[in-house]
Amino acid sequence: MTETVLRTGAEKRRLKIDMRALSPFIALVVLAIAGALINPDFLTASNILNVVTRSAFIAIIAVGATFVIAAGGLDLSVGSMAALTAGVMILTLNSLGGADVGTLAIGMLAAIGLSAACGLANGLIVTFGRIEPFIVTLGTMGIFRSLVVWLAAGGTITMRNFELRELYRPVYFGSIFGIPVPIIAFLVVAAIGALILYRTSFGRHVVALGSNEDVARYSGVPIWRVRTLAYIIQGICVGIAVLVYVPRLGSATPTTGLLWELQAITAVVIGGTALKGGVGRVWGTVVGAVILELVANIMVLSNFVSEFLVGAVQGAIIIIAMLVQRSVHRGR
Amino acid sequence: MDSVLRAENISKSFGPIEVLSGISLDLRPGEIHAVIGENGAGKSTLMRILSGHLAPTKGNLYLNEQPITFAGPTDAESHGIVLVHQEILLAEDLTVAQNLFLGREIKRFGFVDDRTMRERTRGILAELGTRIDPDHEVRRLSIADRQLVQIARALLVPHKVVAFDEPTAVLTPIEAESLFAIIRRLREHGVAVLYISHRLNEVKAIADRVTVLRDGRHIATRDIEGLEPLGMARLMVGRDMSKLYPDKPATASDQVILSVRDMAVPGYVENASFTLKHGEILGFGGLIGAGRTELFEGLVGLRPSLGQITLRGETVHFRDAREAMAAGIVYLSEDRKGKGLLLQQNLRINLSLAALDKFTRGSLIDVGAEEKALDGAIKDFDIRTRSRDLLAGQLSGGNQQKLLLAKMMLLQPRIIIIDEPTRGVDIGTKEQIYRFIAGLAENGLSVIVISSEMQELIGLCHRVIVMRNGRVAGEVAQADLSEDSIVYLATGVHEERAAEIAAGHA
Repeated sequence: MTETVLRTGAEKRRLKIDMRALSPFIALVVLAIAGALINPDFLTASNILNVVTRSAFIAIIAVGATFVIAAGGLDLSVGSMAALTAGVMILTLNSLGGADVGTLAIGMLAAIGLSAACGLANGLIVTFGRIEPFIVTLGTMGIFRSLVVWLAAGGTITMRNFELRELYRPVYFGSIFGIPVPIIAFLVVAAIGALILYRTSFGRHVVALGSNEDVARYSGVPIWRVRTLAYIIQGICVGIAVLVYVPRLGSATPTTGLLWELQAITAVVIGGTALKGGVGRVWGTVVGAVILELVANIMVLSNFVSEFLVGAVQGAIIIIAMLVQRSVHRGR
Repeated sequence: MDSVLRAENISKSFGPIEVLSGISLDLRPGEIHAVIGENGAGKSTLMRILSGHLAPTKGNLYLNEQPITFAGPTDAESHGIVLVHQEILLAEDLTVAQNLFLGREIKRFGFVDDRTMRERTRGILAELGTRIDPDHEVRRLSIADRQLVQIARALLVPHKVVAFDEPTAVLTPIEAESLFAIIRRLREHGVAVLYISHRLNEVKAIADRVTVLRDGRHIATRDIEGLEPLGMARLMVGRDMSKLYPDKPATASDQVILSVRDMAVPGYVENASFTLKHGEILGFGGLIGAGRTELFEGLVGLRPSLGQITLRGETVHFRDAREAMAAGIVYLSEDRKGKGLLLQQNLRINLSLAALDKFTRGSLIDVGAEEKALDGAIKDFDIRTRSRDLLAGQLSGGNQQKLLLAKMMLLQPRIIIIDEPTRGVDIGTKEQIYRFIAGLAENGLSVIVISSEMQELIGLCHRVIVMRNGRVAGEVAQADLSEDSIVYLATGVHEERAAEIAAGHA
């Protein structure tokens, strides 16, 4: 008798978990249909590619955020970190002065190195200071932002070498087999992220840590290392996003990356990753990031809501996504 | 005598599982009625039905011979039926008085009237024979005092029936004695007391009548006169108790595998020394809070500790559980749900978590190998689950314990430390776990069993070390194993003497 109960329970649950994993994809389809109905220009290939390209920065950052959040952490500093990394990268390129691939490579390495170091700092403070990640990254968010303002002396940091800008341009504007480079970049990052999270012991440890830190500790999971690494991965993802971002405008300003943390966390939550940790969905996160950009795009194409209210709509989306998560969770 | 509260043919099902079937029970004013039974016998469910926390699926309740249904615990309380919970449910940061009146604050001009509440708290606590300061934060109270506060809170409403759910589980005999005095005082005031316990000596000392449950069924209701603890145990288990434990394997050797000297876990344990031999099942007894769990958490690196640990002749010190596991020592926590298993994850992820290195090829996890290991574990440990996709939290307590055992055995340890191996486990699974532990020793492994169930230590172990107040109080050899000898070391008081104190003859 007991076994029958267990069985039906499991089947119900499986159906629900499927729903939970599928819901971002369903939302994406619904939004696409809505967009097509509102404006026929919406479903053109150029518009769709444009939307997905624009979502690349957030998607790449959000893949990193999936790790941090699945491990039971949070990183609010990603937007400021991106601004600082972009600023330092441009300053590095300017001071090197060259216009060759080598110069660019050094600048890129500097960017990835700096963002990984920022992630390491977040991770070490959270892990060894035993401080709430919310507080730690709120603090570093202020520090990183302030550093970029200081470096820019309140103004703009611009790539001075025009030839280098031309050399670098294709990384955002170019395409391979008709697919824009940023889309390829974010698909590659997501694929690697999914591989690490789902198929390696480190990924399993991330989920275990977010599920229940005590159980992880009692099971011999090296929780210090896992947690710090999750923040480093977040940092590296920010660095990669910056590599794609810098050629777009060729400059960094004190407002670069503003509210990116909100968008990244929203993308993760829409994607079905549990904010309390223990569940990580990389592909859901990617879809979440596209949904955010899609909503902004539909707002621009339609005349219902002013596009100046994009932030408000995105803010509302994260709250709604949390409510949906809560009700799905209760239904279990 | 008329009953104040009567249950007639009460049944309770959760889905198609019937956990109580056809229970009848009557409570008379001025009696202490004990309900006894093994874990999972349905005691707590029955109590929750009687106190309005659950509605029965079938059957009726009668209050003063009038049929009644309770809308919820508050409704039951308004009819004078209160339940003193087993777990301490108090807000730790509030004071005693604030806790007592939480949710029913006395107000004056719309503001809380602290002075009146403090005075009334003082009065109620004095009635209970304790002098806890109403202004103390609950955080600063001992467990026993917290329980008194909880009782005081329950008794704040006018009451005709008071139900206690395993109230002495966390108390020393001396503390239990003052609790019994309170319960007897309630009886003198004509209150009907429902007393749930599986400590039979205690029941003998305090109850007037005893109802025995087994597997959700009513077995017997007897007057306490002429019913001895052994008779109660027989009714509870429904078979010969001695069969529960396998024969002790004759594998305990003289070869020491682990020796611990002057181990200290700051705040919990001081000066603990002991040795463990090859093929031995070594028991650790003592009261809850004696420092047994902390000693072993310290040993395997889950807590900071000092002292000298010698493993196979080499001095070792573990900084975390991973190092202990690498050295062949595993620790299975008593807190299965909080520290043993990831309740929200499936069986496969739980099983391989500690030994994940064994399932990686290159740097990727081999899910096929994991699935194969799960098949093996389900078979070897008799984990009863029809669907392999269940979450660990959906397994019963017994199956969770088997899964935890399977998980730790994947590490192929030489020393297995099991904390409360059968807590929350049904009797059939208990037997399996005991046989499994004996099997480990037969294969030359060494097992440490930490348990609060004295029968378990006596039935299972070659040797029992007893702790008291963070120190090793003594050791009982196989030939001398008895409840009396363990209780004596655990409390410093002989059991007859403890029973006397409990019975109020002191």
